[in-house]
Amino acid sequence: MNAAEPLARRITYRDALRDALREALLRDPNVFLMGEDIGRYGGCFAVTKGLLEEFGEARIRDAPLSESAFVGAGIGAALGGMRPIVEIMTVNFSLLALDQILNTAATLCHMSGGQCSVPLVIRMATGAGRQVGAQHSHSLEGWYSHIPGLRIVTPATIDDAAGMLKAALAYRDPVIMFEHMNLYNMQGELTAPAANVDIERAIVRRAGRDVSLITYGASLFKCLSAAEQLAASGVEAEVIDLRTLRPLDQQTVTESVQRTHRAIVVDEGWRSVGIAAEISARLMEHVFYELDAPVQRVCSVEVPVPYAKHMEEAALPQVAHIISAVEAMLAHDK
Amino acid sequence: MTSEFRMPTLGPDMESGTLVAWQVKPGDTVKHGDIVAQVETDKGVIDVEIFAAGTVQKLLVEPGAHVPVGTVLAQLSGEEPTDVTSAVPERINEIEPARVAPAAALPTLPPAVQKRQKISPAARARAHALGIDISRVTGTGAGAVVTLEDINRLAVRSAPATARPSADQVHDMRRVIGKAMSRSKREIPHYYLSMDCCFSKARSWLEQHNSSASIEQRLLPSALLLKAVALAAHALPDFNGYYKDEAFVPSSDVHVGMAIAMRGGRLVAPAILNGDQKSLPAIMSELRDLATRVRAGHMRATELALSTITVTSLAEEGVGSLMPIIYPPQVAIVGFGSILEQPWVVGGAVCVAPVIAISLAADHRVTDGRAGARFLRHIHDALQAPEAL
Amino acid sequence: MSALLESEITRERGLHLLAQMLRIRCFEDRCAELYSAGKIRGFLHLYNGEEAVAVGVMQSLQPADAIVGTYREHGHAIARGIGMRKLMAELFGKQAGCCRGRGGSMHIFDTATRFYGGNAIVGGCLPLAVGLGLAEKLQQRNGIAVCFFGEGAIAEGEFHESMNLAALWQVPVLFVCENNYYAMGTALERSEAQPSLLAKLSGYGVRAESVDGMDVFAVEARACDLTNFVRTTGVPAFMEARTYRLRAHSMYDPQLYRSKEEVKSWEQRGPLITLTRRLKDMRLMVEEDFLRLQQAANAEVDDAVQFAEQALPEPVEDLQRFVYAEGAP
Repeated sequence: MNAAEPLARRITYRDALRDALREALLRDPNVFLMGEDIGRYGGCFAVTKGLLEEFGEARIRDAPLSESAFVGAGIGAALGGMRPIVEIMTVNFSLLALDQILNTAATLCHMSGGQCSVPLVIRMATGAGRQVGAQHSHSLEGWYSHIPGLRIVTPATIDDAAGMLKAALAYRDPVIMFEHMNLYNMQGELTAPAANVDIERAIVRRAGRDVSLITYGASLFKCLSAAEQLAASGVEAEVIDLRTLRPLDQQTVTESVQRTHRAIVVDEGWRSVGIAAEISARLMEHVFYELDAPVQRVCSVEVPVPYAKHMEEAALPQVAHIISAVEAMLAHDK
Repeated sequence: MTSEFRMPTLGPDMESGTLVAWQVKPGDTVKHGDIVAQVETDKGVIDVEIFAAGTVQKLLVEPGAHVPVGTVLAQLSGEEPTDVTSAVPERINEIEPARVAPAAALPTLPPAVQKRQKISPAARARAHALGIDISRVTGTGAGAVVTLEDINRLAVRSAPATARPSADQVHDMRRVIGKAMSRSKREIPHYYLSMDCCFSKARSWLEQHNSSASIEQRLLPSALLLKAVALAAHALPDFNGYYKDEAFVPSSDVHVGMAIAMRGGRLVAPAILNGDQKSLPAIMSELRDLATRVRAGHMRATELALSTITVTSLAEEGVGSLMPIIYPPQVAIVGFGSILEQPWVVGGAVCVAPVIAISLAADHRVTDGRAGARFLRHIHDALQAPEAL
Repeated sequence: MSALLESEITRERGLHLLAQMLRIRCFEDRCAELYSAGKIRGFLHLYNGEEAVAVGVMQSLQPADAIVGTYREHGHAIARGIGMRKLMAELFGKQAGCCRGRGGSMHIFDTATRFYGGNAIVGGCLPLAVGLGLAEKLQQRNGIAVCFFGEGAIAEGEFHESMNLAALWQVPVLFVCENNYYAMGTALERSEAQPSLLAKLSGYGVRAESVDGMDVFAVEARACDLTNFVRTTGVPAFMEARTYRLRAHSMYDPQLYRSKEEVKSWEQRGPLITLTRRLKDMRLMVEEDFLRLQQAANAEVDDAVQFAEQALPEPVEDLQRFVYAEGAP
């Protein structure tokens, strides 16, 4: 995909990712992929379909079920001059590689006094909503965002799926990219050239004046949907797509709340000790005097995500929860 | 040449150890690497080696002793000690408090889209409870934030809820008043003047005026006093305004606050706005209305916030002169004592006349005694020509 | 060449190897002293007794090879050519240290010599070695990756995963297992159902050999053999070096798990004594040679200590530097 191709075309989130991977492989011979079932199987979510046939086994490497080893190998290969893109099938399995991610990838640069940097990209599917049960439904973006040394990005839109990978490869730091599994089939327009995507800024996806809905990942669309419904009753919600959880773009969030004076953070992680709590604390620090109401959080209920459909729905943040939170916040003022 | 053998540190969290046994005695020769003692730690007994060579001179610590790391355990003579053991070790891991990195600076924020008063949620809630209009309040917190204290200071001059204040509320109010008064005494260099004033002309005039007036139109001495102060304040603006940020700003309007102490510890000072321009009947009517509303607890924020000078009166108590405390940020307060029959000299002869003591406490940063005397003279003279008020 | 012939041992070679081992021994002994005096802090894991492994293996490596190790890596760092000044300054926590004082004893890094740490997590370096080897292979370079680890790491899942991955993807890594029989305080038989490492390795399809880790010539010979193998075939190999740790696991270890007699008997079989005795028997050296080399080593250590003492600490203002790589993307 080069700049001469028409930009406004309709593709899926999955296709956008695949195109981005393909472009990276074409552009730089040191880029290679590692992960479980990314080659012959075509990828658990079909993101890497066709890449093995095009680029061969040396560069599209099917890994055994050894998360720690192949993530560590990704780090070692990055130290050795390669640009590996490691796919961990889902965030749920990443825990097996947590030692390599936290104790090696995140720490090496600082601990070596700046000698070693780890230009490694790790892609992970994340999130819940398909009745796949507790061990397959985690949202751990907040956990990972706690760790200095990592960059954490959460592409929600087609443009970001298309462009964030390229942006990540321009850095020499470990970047973890979270792809919500419900987004792979999403269709949309590719509107921005990939070259323009940055991974350090949040974006206001919908302007509003009554409340700021601050979110990331698939929850973005729930917020947009809630905003649309609220508009019908005269409430204009501003929706911010954080896009990067580490570093967090404080400025965009601050400016928004200065306009609206009310903030609700929508986060699919569990409520306590999560990224929503971090954003709430920052809002208190930066815009305390602009707030007309305490910051609210709409998050997952603190239970392992259940299988039964109605229970799973009740456990996760939904559009209705967001709307209720906004209404309650506005009523409080009266 | 003596060298010292000290209790070593053997682990990151070892602060002390117990000497279990010596492996050497005075007179023994030791070389680098010899085990000379056994030390007990949390983990168990560890053989401790010596890093110097020489002859043991003296064992300074007995087996069984529990000593901190670094304690000298024995003395040796012989070889030059190595630099390491004799030098005072630099504690490289000690954090020097002065060198802790400063917290990352807050990012520069773009200007707020709309101009918005900053008020803490607590202050806002209290203002709401008291019926205070916060848009008129200037905050004293950093960045002009309106704080709880700002609201409480105003509350000192207003009546809170209609019911008799509870003991807690009284306590709170006293505390707030006390705080305000302490601050005033601390920060404002008060000077005090007093002038006795013969009230007979004013009284005659009042009696005459009231004899032909209906009950609602009757005037009380307080109206005269208040008007006299307002006129003086208008004529001598150095007593009428606010002292802020180390400068005095005179006010073009004269709003005279009437300090009213009430039962239950309440202290209010609502203002008669533009007192210098109002007629005596108007002032009287406002005073009456004020009294009613003060009792009922319905004060308006502007009344509480806008006094440019205050008058306090203990007319009922039999007190002569007062030495009142200025309400910051004002710069003067006038006190009226009781109108008492006293000996007075008229035309060289002593008679009995109604005399009122007028007291002035003023801010010496703005005026001095000479000006103060002029101010009192102005009031005095006004009361000698009540028909002109 | 699978065994070193006596005719191939020369005085020059012997004294060179002895000197390297003495440099490590003197450095480590000095660290013990400095630690006891509070100059070196945190955790300290000394290499006394295992010098022949690091020195022997390093003889077989080239500058382009990549090395990873454990928290007991001073010896490997010295043998690889990282200067003592940089090392000692790092232990003192000074900016002139190889990692600006940020790593300390367990995290020695030196990219100039392709020394990638220094790792406090047992088994943590194994996947890194696989990745470093993979990088050599994919970029079609001639280097290999060498991974030093203790036998305790074999219990970690990462050992199994890394051996499998290296063998499966045919990655040029030499895995050097320093079997000193104790993982901290736990003897090998108490943690492995199958205590024979070679028996364990046979399941991976990786060439695996064992060597007497106290004999530096034997280690050197075996290492040359195996690194040549890895270099030419591009597949991994495994070397067990049977050795012994003469000092405690770390400074704060009362060694309740092994007897003093056992330690003493190993002291008599240590690498320095072993080499010295052999060279003397072959009339290739005399005691004066030993003393001379020891003096030179101590002088080098003295210089390093002085350098470290005088070096400045990193400014606190730099605390947040290098969280990310510097320089705009």
